[in-house]
Amino acid sequence: MQCQICKKKTATIHLTEIAEGLRTEVHMCEHCAQEQGIAAKSQISVNELLSSLLAAQPTDDELFGPSEHQTPCPHCGFTLDQFRKAGVLGCPYDYEIFEKSLLPLIEKAHDGKTSHCGKAPSRISQPAKKQIERSNLRRQLEAAVRNEDYELAAKLRDKIKKYES
Amino acid sequence: MLDARYSSSIEQRDTRMKLTEISNDINEWFSGSGPLADIVISSRIRLARNLADHKFLSHCSTAEKSEILEKLKDVLMSLELGDKTFYVSVDKASALNRNFLVERHLISRDHAFSKGPRGVVIARREFFTAMINEEDHLRMQVLKAGCQLSQCAKQINHIDDMIEQKVDYAFSPRYGYLTACPTNLGTAIRVSVMLHLPALKMTGQTEKFFNAARDMNLAVRGLFGEGTEAASDLYQISNQVTLGVSESDIVSQFENTIIPEIVEYENTARNQLLSTHMDTLDDKISRAMALLQNAHLISSQEALFLLSHLRLGVNMHEHMGASTPAIKKLCSLSNTDSNIDEHRGLSITTVNRLFMLTLPAHLQLNHGKQLDSARRDALRAKIIRSALNQDT
Repeated sequence: MQCQICKKKTATIHLTEIAEGLRTEVHMCEHCAQEQGIAAKSQISVNELLSSLLAAQPTDDELFGPSEHQTPCPHCGFTLDQFRKAGVLGCPYDYEIFEKSLLPLIEKAHDGKTSHCGKAPSRISQPAKKQIERSNLRRQLEAAVRNEDYELAAKLRDKIKKYES
Repeated sequence: MLDARYSSSIEQRDTRMKLTEISNDINEWFSGSGPLADIVISSRIRLARNLADHKFLSHCSTAEKSEILEKLKDVLMSLELGDKTFYVSVDKASALNRNFLVERHLISRDHAFSKGPRGVVIARREFFTAMINEEDHLRMQVLKAGCQLSQCAKQINHIDDMIEQKVDYAFSPRYGYLTACPTNLGTAIRVSVMLHLPALKMTGQTEKFFNAARDMNLAVRGLFGEGTEAASDLYQISNQVTLGVSESDIVSQFENTIIPEIVEYENTARNQLLSTHMDTLDDKISRAMALLQNAHLISSQEALFLLSHLRLGVNMHEHMGASTPAIKKLCSLSNTDSNIDEHRGLSITTVNRLFMLTLPAHLQLNHGKQLDSARRDALRAKIIRSALNQDT
């Protein structure tokens, strides 16, 4: 759809106004919208969002002293400084190496959750399998309590106890 | 040097041949069939996976990227998927072919235009594609028409199990499947549905949908990214939380809560159009039809916008029995394209076919050469005119 103002660019801003029962629609390009004083908030990329989230966290200097954010991962040479810029990590070990810095961010991105629940590769070790199974059972227990299914909750509680013993 | 250029040109020709085999028709997931198909266009589940003992891509050398690519390509091409598969080397494909893959939803825009060795394995019927070396080593998806998330989940889980027999994934018991970006961590699953919500827009209630999506912590985007949702009334909603919630819980939340709620909003709006805003509805449908039947130049955005109104009309006729004057006229059209529709009346398949086949890269690939924007607009208008004008 063409911009109704400049009649050149593609309209990406679509404004619907209802005044005194009358409905009007205006379609314009981002440039003309800005000229009309209509704020056009561009979509923020996930990586940018992450970087801004991370920037809002306590700085590494505050957490670990001045050199932590420049200390490279021994496996890939990646630093937290690089993560701040790119929004992606260097290797799977980074989750372990930079765990303290990443945890608040992970929590924020996943609605307060910080441990896995769900599928796991079949070839992982027995203790790892048990850890995930326990986590899955705990989530099921939470859901059963939420749904007031106390019979199921009691069964799940016993199962978890058995796992923990 | 000459050999390299020669083999690259053969590869490009080969890619073009594979793509023109699929470019003349719509894919299965866009066929307009499946449960709740009048509102839920398609269901998609994507999993992100990385190989253990390899760096994430941002830190890989070109040689390491090539090694990962070859390894995953071999594994994926050896899978028994119940369909033929083919491979496209994305870094060597022409810009037109890459754009075509994006329009077709077979690869992401990032995958199309990033750098380094990368590719995609595609099932011929396009229900499955696997991008190698996108943001993660492997991002694979299963796509189906209508609301079929459970079926998508079952199928992708099975494919993932088969792959896992052959490679070791980066996984931690605490954080689950490890991904390059912490926002995908855990199950690394992205559940999405594409919804057609024109009545919410016509009745000025799109906010209702956006608020519901926000309350349910969902991401909303257009069919082809920013801005396009307004043109086509197609919205894709996806989960954002991937850690601490199991795959089955996410899928059942979509199936039992999210989709029914949004479908109800749109259905209520469609009923409102019929009961109190019939003139608005008929005006939109009639104007869309008149323009599409008569235009000699039409941009892709305008075509998406107008075809959306035709889709609404046909779906309201087929699924709600609506028969306003404009809908009656629409559904009594004789379709000239007898290869697609044998019955009288405009079908949803024709609308979807026009929608997809008139996208810029589809047009050019099917025309056999690159076309500038003005020529594309003329060709698009011609294709639409010939499909929608009565066979008199």
